Amino acid sequence: MIIFVCVVFQLRSVSVDLNNDVSLLIDIPDALCERDKVKFTVHTKTTLSVFQKPEFSVPRQHEDFIWLHDTLVETEEYAGLIIPPAPPKPDFESPREKMHKLGEGEATMTKEEYTKMKQELEAEYLAVFKKTVQVHEVFLQRLSSHPVLSKDRNFQIFLEYDQDLSVRRKNAKEMFGGFFKNMVKSADEVLISGVKEVDDFFEQEKTFLLDYSTKIKDSTTKAERMTRAHKNVADDYIHVAAILNSISAEENTALKNFTFLQKVEGRVASDQELKLTELLRYYTRDIQAAKDLLYRRARALADYENSNKALDKARLKSKDVAQAEDNQRQCMQKFEKLSESGKKELTSFKGRRVVAFRKNLVEMAELEIKHAKNSVSLLQGCIETLKNC
Amino acid sequence: MERKPPPFPDSEEQEAHSEKAEEESGDDDDDDDDDGGEDIFTGNDLFSEEGSYPGVQEPSVDNQHASNGLRSDDDEQDLFAEARVELSLDRSSTKGIREVTRSSPSAPDISYKSSTSKMSFEKPEEEESNDKFELNIAVTHPEKVGDGMNAYMVYKVSTQTTLPMFKSRAFSVRRRFSDFLGLFEKLSEKHAQNGYIVPLPPEKSVVGMTKVKVGKEDTSSTEFVEKRRAALERYLHRVVSHQNLLQDPDVREFLEKDELPRAVSTQTLSGAGFLKMINKASDAVNKMTIKMNESDNWFEEKLQEVENEEQQLRKLHAVVDALVNHRKDLCGNTAVFAKSMAMLGNSEDNTALSRALSQLAEVEDKMEQLHQEQASNDFFIFAELLADYVRLLGGVRNCFDQRIKTWQRWQDAQSTLQKKREVEAKLLWANKPDKLQQAKDEITEWEAKVTQYERDFERICATVRKEVLRFEKEKSNDFKVHIIKYLESLLVSQQRLIKYWEAFLPEAKAIS
Repeated sequence: MIIFVCVVFQLRSVSVDLNNDVSLLIDIPDALCERDKVKFTVHTKTTLSVFQKPEFSVPRQHEDFIWLHDTLVETEEYAGLIIPPAPPKPDFESPREKMHKLGEGEATMTKEEYTKMKQELEAEYLAVFKKTVQVHEVFLQRLSSHPVLSKDRNFQIFLEYDQDLSVRRKNAKEMFGGFFKNMVKSADEVLISGVKEVDDFFEQEKTFLLDYSTKIKDSTTKAERMTRAHKNVADDYIHVAAILNSISAEENTALKNFTFLQKVEGRVASDQELKLTELLRYYTRDIQAAKDLLYRRARALADYENSNKALDKARLKSKDVAQAEDNQRQCMQKFEKLSESGKKELTSFKGRRVVAFRKNLVEMAELEIKHAKNSVSLLQGCIETLKNC
Repeated sequence: MERKPPPFPDSEEQEAHSEKAEEESGDDDDDDDDDGGEDIFTGNDLFSEEGSYPGVQEPSVDNQHASNGLRSDDDEQDLFAEARVELSLDRSSTKGIREVTRSSPSAPDISYKSSTSKMSFEKPEEEESNDKFELNIAVTHPEKVGDGMNAYMVYKVSTQTTLPMFKSRAFSVRRRFSDFLGLFEKLSEKHAQNGYIVPLPPEKSVVGMTKVKVGKEDTSSTEFVEKRRAALERYLHRVVSHQNLLQDPDVREFLEKDELPRAVSTQTLSGAGFLKMINKASDAVNKMTIKMNESDNWFEEKLQEVENEEQQLRKLHAVVDALVNHRKDLCGNTAVFAKSMAMLGNSEDNTALSRALSQLAEVEDKMEQLHQEQASNDFFIFAELLADYVRLLGGVRNCFDQRIKTWQRWQDAQSTLQKKREVEAKLLWANKPDKLQQAKDEITEWEAKVTQYERDFERICATVRKEVLRFEKEKSNDFKVHIIKYLESLLVSQQRLIKYWEAFLPEAKAIS
């Protein structure tokens, strides 16, 4: 039975540059993982007076992040904002399964092959690890760089509170009961498209987001399959190299390069995963968050329209008119506030998305070229050696 | 099945030798000390005093093998009759001397050249090793003949050569798969038991062929035909690169003759069938092996090496097979992804990003192409090479087994001789003069056999040694050539990859 325990390491945020504002800098410098649980060290550096100290660190679990996200979503005030999507649960299933299979197959492999496979698996574990840390970090940084959300009290508690948050988490669950989330999610599409849109901007956004959402979800799945297949090819090179090494001596030296080829191939697969697949994954979630905003606005619009109808009815009956007027005014205000902030959010979202895509696509292309050039020189070396021996 | 070999300048004796070879191949007996080719062993025999060369049948067939009775009867002997043994011996005794002198400069291959035709061809090769004759063979143009379940594929076998033994310099014939199997059967019958490594042809495939027969025009059946065509070509290359096999008239006929009689016995016998036979035989032989005390560890060690290598290659082949499949997977997934990316690009409202995403979709499409080609290379250059050698190593094992069988025959003859001597001794004691003569005759007969079989054993030892070394050299070279080719294909692939991504990069940078 192989138990993987990962330790301290340095991580640099790979996505869009969010950590710019000196007044509040957040990062996750290290993390610890044991069996199922990952413990993140959330590190804050701040000049804001609202915090007790200028620099501090707290340990946080994945569930704490979810708690934070949910409380933000449930906060009425933020209805007009795109709440950054919650980081997905750390998923070590794939490498764990592979590790298990490797343990079972140990007897059939040569020692060298086994070691290489183990190394590859460890690299995979590390990659999953890096990804999950990155995604949690980005979540916090999105919050810290948002003018409104960064001031959220719960956010500050999350950053600062040096005790276990699990008690708070339980209370929150009881209080809200996750009512917003429990609402039938599938209804939002119908609601969004069903409501008569008065604003051109939102009309366009609606059409775009609904369509884009489906497409990007599809692309993410296909990209995941592609990167997985790529990994399989890279892994096969390990086995080939292992057997070749045990066969013939002369070709042996040149074919040691086969192992390097595998490393390069493996690197290509994982870089593709990070830059392309992760990008698509992230924006699938982000698009969903944007859609949630539209949903909330659509609800507000529906409420507004209903309040208008109610007011008319009240006026007709001359009963409870003041109340109805009040209600109507509130609904209108809410709706207008949502529309205004919503427009701002969606516009900045566009910009953010384009920037992120550009960065990642450029980086991916550059990495592909770098790895391919590496492969080329390795292969050329191999061929030269073979021809001369 | 008698076949007159093509006429040569000094034809008479060759015909005699060849005839002997042909007829012997018709013999059922397992222990046939068959000559293969043109009676190559007569030259050898001349170095021994006796010059007796029975090597044909078991004692039960009453051919006078002892040298005593030889000279008297031969001259009137029909060239094509059974008593060819004496005939050839007689001829070669005059010719042989010439051969000896001629062949002595070419030391290593000395025992295996006898016919003049061979000399005239091979002497240049040995004495002026740079003066190589050319022989290029290609198997092309697979064509389907007939319909339904009786249909079959015909391949064009084209030969280009400067070898004088062929009728012309360039010619081609049409052959079907069973013809190749028939060639293999003939060659292995004649040569395998002398310790030669006879190359194995590709295996029969009921599934593959049925698809082709039924007329399924899909990628898997075209792939199958291509795989087979390439394998048949490699098979022929291996056959002709073997000195002794090239001399076999069956090979020549296969390449040259317009119409070949249909090889009927190949229904059951194929490369796979032969391998099965080898494996069964070697199991049986292994039970005997324990008793053989090796004066020379070389054979034991080599056999072990061969067996290990065969195992390793099998493993490697399985892994490369997995690689091919995974790459095909990757290919499919990339294609699907490319389409999805194109859709996403269409949906994207930022113009520059939209264009970049469409470009990305195109790059991924090109990647799919690359993966497809690479998978094909993985298979044809690498996987098939491994499959060939797994089969060939089985053939090598057979050589070793044949050697052991030869040894066993010698030992058996020795023990029979011993028994005969005991009988003689008993008869001497019992004083029965009439039976005594018979006993003495039998002893002489068996003494000759023992000598012969011992010589056979020595000969096969030498052959196996030589063959194994030749095989190893060829294998090492083959592997090297193919691995270089494979790596070069990977190299080309990577270089194209660089081009595609370098073309994409400015598009990505242009996003704003």
